[in-house]
Amino acid sequence: MSKSLLICGGHVIDPASGLDEPRDVLIEDGRIRSLSEPGRLAAASSSHQLDASGCWVVPGLIDMHTHLREPGYEYKETIETGTRAAVAGGYTAVACMANTAPINDNAAVTQAILDRAEAAGLARVYPIGAVSKGLAGLELAEIGEMHRAGIVAVSDDGMPITDGGLMRRALEYTRMFDLPVIVHEEDRAIAGDGVMNEGEMSLRLGLRGIPAAAEEAMIARDIQLLERSGGRLHVAHISTAAGVALVRDAKRRGLAVTAELTPHHFTLTDDAVAGYNTNAKMNPPLRSGRDVEAVRQGLLDGTIDAIATDHAPHHRDEKETEFDHALNGIVGLETSLSLSLAMAAAIGLPPLRLFAAMSLNAARILRLPLGELSEGKEADVAVIDPTLKWTVDATAFESKSRNSPFGGMELTGRAVYTIVRGKLVWQLDGAARKSEKKSRVKVNA
Amino acid sequence: MSFAHRHLLGLEGMSREELTFLLDTASSFKEISERDIKKVPTLRGKTVVSFFYEASTRTRASFEIAAKRMSADFISLSGGTSSVTKGETLLDTARNLAAMRPDAIILRHASSGAPAFLAARVECPIINAGDGAHEHPTQALLDALTIRERKGSFENLTVAIVGDILHSRVARSNIFALHALGAKIRLVGPPTFLPPEMRHWGEVTSNLHEGVADADVIMMLRLQIERQGKHFFPTIDEYSRYFCLTKDAVRKAKPDVVILHPGPLNRGVEIASDVADGPYSVIMDQVTNGVAVRMAILYLLINRPRLEETDRPRLEENEREVPVVTTSANDKETRPRLRRKVG
Amino acid sequence: MARNERVVMDAQAIERALRRVAHEVLERNKGTDGLVLVGIRSRGIYIANRLAENIRVIEDVEIPAGVIDITLYRDDLHRSSQQPVVQGTDIRFPIDDSHVLLVDDVLYTGRTIRAALDALMDFGRPRSVQLVVLVDRGHRELPVRADYVGKNIPTALNESVQVRLQESDGRDEVTVERAEER
Repeated sequence: MSKSLLICGGHVIDPASGLDEPRDVLIEDGRIRSLSEPGRLAAASSSHQLDASGCWVVPGLIDMHTHLREPGYEYKETIETGTRAAVAGGYTAVACMANTAPINDNAAVTQAILDRAEAAGLARVYPIGAVSKGLAGLELAEIGEMHRAGIVAVSDDGMPITDGGLMRRALEYTRMFDLPVIVHEEDRAIAGDGVMNEGEMSLRLGLRGIPAAAEEAMIARDIQLLERSGGRLHVAHISTAAGVALVRDAKRRGLAVTAELTPHHFTLTDDAVAGYNTNAKMNPPLRSGRDVEAVRQGLLDGTIDAIATDHAPHHRDEKETEFDHALNGIVGLETSLSLSLAMAAAIGLPPLRLFAAMSLNAARILRLPLGELSEGKEADVAVIDPTLKWTVDATAFESKSRNSPFGGMELTGRAVYTIVRGKLVWQLDGAARKSEKKSRVKVNA
Repeated sequence: MSFAHRHLLGLEGMSREELTFLLDTASSFKEISERDIKKVPTLRGKTVVSFFYEASTRTRASFEIAAKRMSADFISLSGGTSSVTKGETLLDTARNLAAMRPDAIILRHASSGAPAFLAARVECPIINAGDGAHEHPTQALLDALTIRERKGSFENLTVAIVGDILHSRVARSNIFALHALGAKIRLVGPPTFLPPEMRHWGEVTSNLHEGVADADVIMMLRLQIERQGKHFFPTIDEYSRYFCLTKDAVRKAKPDVVILHPGPLNRGVEIASDVADGPYSVIMDQVTNGVAVRMAILYLLINRPRLEETDRPRLEENEREVPVVTTSANDKETRPRLRRKVG
Repeated sequence: MARNERVVMDAQAIERALRRVAHEVLERNKGTDGLVLVGIRSRGIYIANRLAENIRVIEDVEIPAGVIDITLYRDDLHRSSQQPVVQGTDIRFPIDDSHVLLVDDVLYTGRTIRAALDALMDFGRPRSVQLVVLVDRGHRELPVRADYVGKNIPTALNESVQVRLQESDGRDEVTVERAEER
């Protein structure tokens, strides 16, 4: 039985085709059937209608850097709760990192993740396999086997690949499978036992610092390796000005390097650590104002390709402790869209480019047939109200975890409907849609 | 005036008036330690709990003497022999202590920010006896009192602080206090201990003789072998060749210079024996003043006026202030600090 | 001076009272042997000093004087809305076996004197303690009595007694002020 869904009254933004117009969207059998001028299609042509008036209709957001914590750390998050957090944030697909327990360095764990994701039936899940066995950084994992099982990239994220020789061979070997190597760039020896960015703040607070050079030095190394080895390098959670400059230069030289940026790295500086706020502790750490300025510029000029959350749930006990001992990371799936909208407005990034960074570009890097909102494409769609004001309440997150520094902040813009494979998997509670104040600013794409 | 703070977590941000009030009060407590019966009944029936996660004899003893001279009951817990070794978290320890209703908790901890963590979660005043590399406020107060007794005022006094400033909580507290009191600060040590951001705190030099030239006060820091990471200096021998305070170096300072050291001394490493025992050293005065300072702090924090709190209300659980970059990260303005609930 | 204030002792009355007290002290103690003066901060000190001066004029003997700060001995610290400033005690002579003349400006509930006695005992064991006050305004809450009184001034509870002295306030007078009716 064909179920159809009509999204009417909305404004479509499709980076792939450049469409930025009011359109009604008809979805059938899990695919985009047609986009038509508003009002053309009779309401009766579909079994279900969604009112998207005042909203943007965009390709479902894609997060290429998420930690779903299952298997092994289900007390922080499960694939089900994580994908629910994703769809609540407008995400229709997430790529999940391998630092689970057991580590995803073999086909069996890859398959297990895919099975759990299918059972949850919410956002699509694309596992990222480990580069090295056990994330130990010593020997290559069975990348081919994992590729057959369905990984879309490899990464030792959580850990840097300290052995330059291994890094070089990983770049070469993955060419066989056209898999990008996603790198967590951190020279551990330079970073030392630092717990926050090294700068004025760390000096005042008496906390050991991680200098920006810990990231920059490793980016430089890997770009040089890339030149020789070929393959595809993707810099995870880039956070430093010099790092962005290195990537910019490498792209100009024609090297196959891409980069991603987290919302917290384009929103907060290391000032957020004031008062020893453990929800401002992550790796790479929040950096200086200069670095924030540079990463925003990097997104604007295309040096940085994608916005990725690095959603890292942790249990309250792991954060409510001395700063030195708190675990690194914050959740991000449910606040990413709002923070990205604010940043885009601040730097003058037009919506077509913003949603490319939040959807299409990640799909291209991961070679996924997603991120496009045009006839015949997969019906992964997010309907966003860009004027809806809401106050972040971490205790109301869909995620199991609450570790966010944005609690209590008033943000603007939110996903109101999320559709995966043509099915409405999430809608914003009616009360939440109405009760928050609406901005009087007209929707102007 | 009164002391408007609920806790003593650090001296950063304290005004000259507040610091002067603290020093004046401490000064008036000195005579109690000169009496035959060294006791006043002021804190009778009050319970003071000290929790030292890091070993210390002198600071803990100083607090104990101070509390007992105020007639308070003093309970001493240490990290090694308590539930901490059984894996209890700081949070649980805090809650357990709070449930026993102490009138003050004195905390020494290896993690910067631990007293602040406690202060947000328990009812009673918290006194920071040293947290990581962050602050050691009572030490800096007794240092300031000792300096004031010898020099009268801080205005335009040149204070040279020598040693591992990067890892020193004594240095930080002193820098914050002396700066507010009007002194000029010079920081001396190998470059590895003096990151570039320190130039906001004072003149920076790696030449000891230049650093102490015409100084009114020289403050020597203990070389904390246990607190360093790696590669800050090659050997202790080489360190002391360049940074040990010898008679020769002292000659470069003003003729009425005073020399301080928080103790315990590493004789021959950061300070020569004959200097430590010499006529310019006020190290023993520091110890005496330490008891007076701690008596004053206990008095001021435990006997807080019951009227409305004059400092910021205690943070509710899960509330933090988070400064956020709004438009350009380059302009220093951030959104006005709001209280935000944190999950 | 406030509207509801009336003067009950002027400068001359204070001077005469203190002269008379000096004579009384010398008469009862049969001279100055073993006598020491301890003034209670802050106005008690000035009165003690004047007493010492009067005694010196009469007997040509200097008796030692010291000052006691009773802040740390008060029984009401946890109630006060201000945080009283501690200024310290300064007694440079032995208390043991001496006849202490404790001096204060106004005797009221008696709690200050109790605190002063506690403080004094921490310094030694006096042979005797006698209390000198410039004004006794009644309303004792503890069994304390003054040995020498400048002037008895019966007061109502809603009145307050102000002692002003040259050394601290620029003039000598004792006034009684009625609290404003609301």
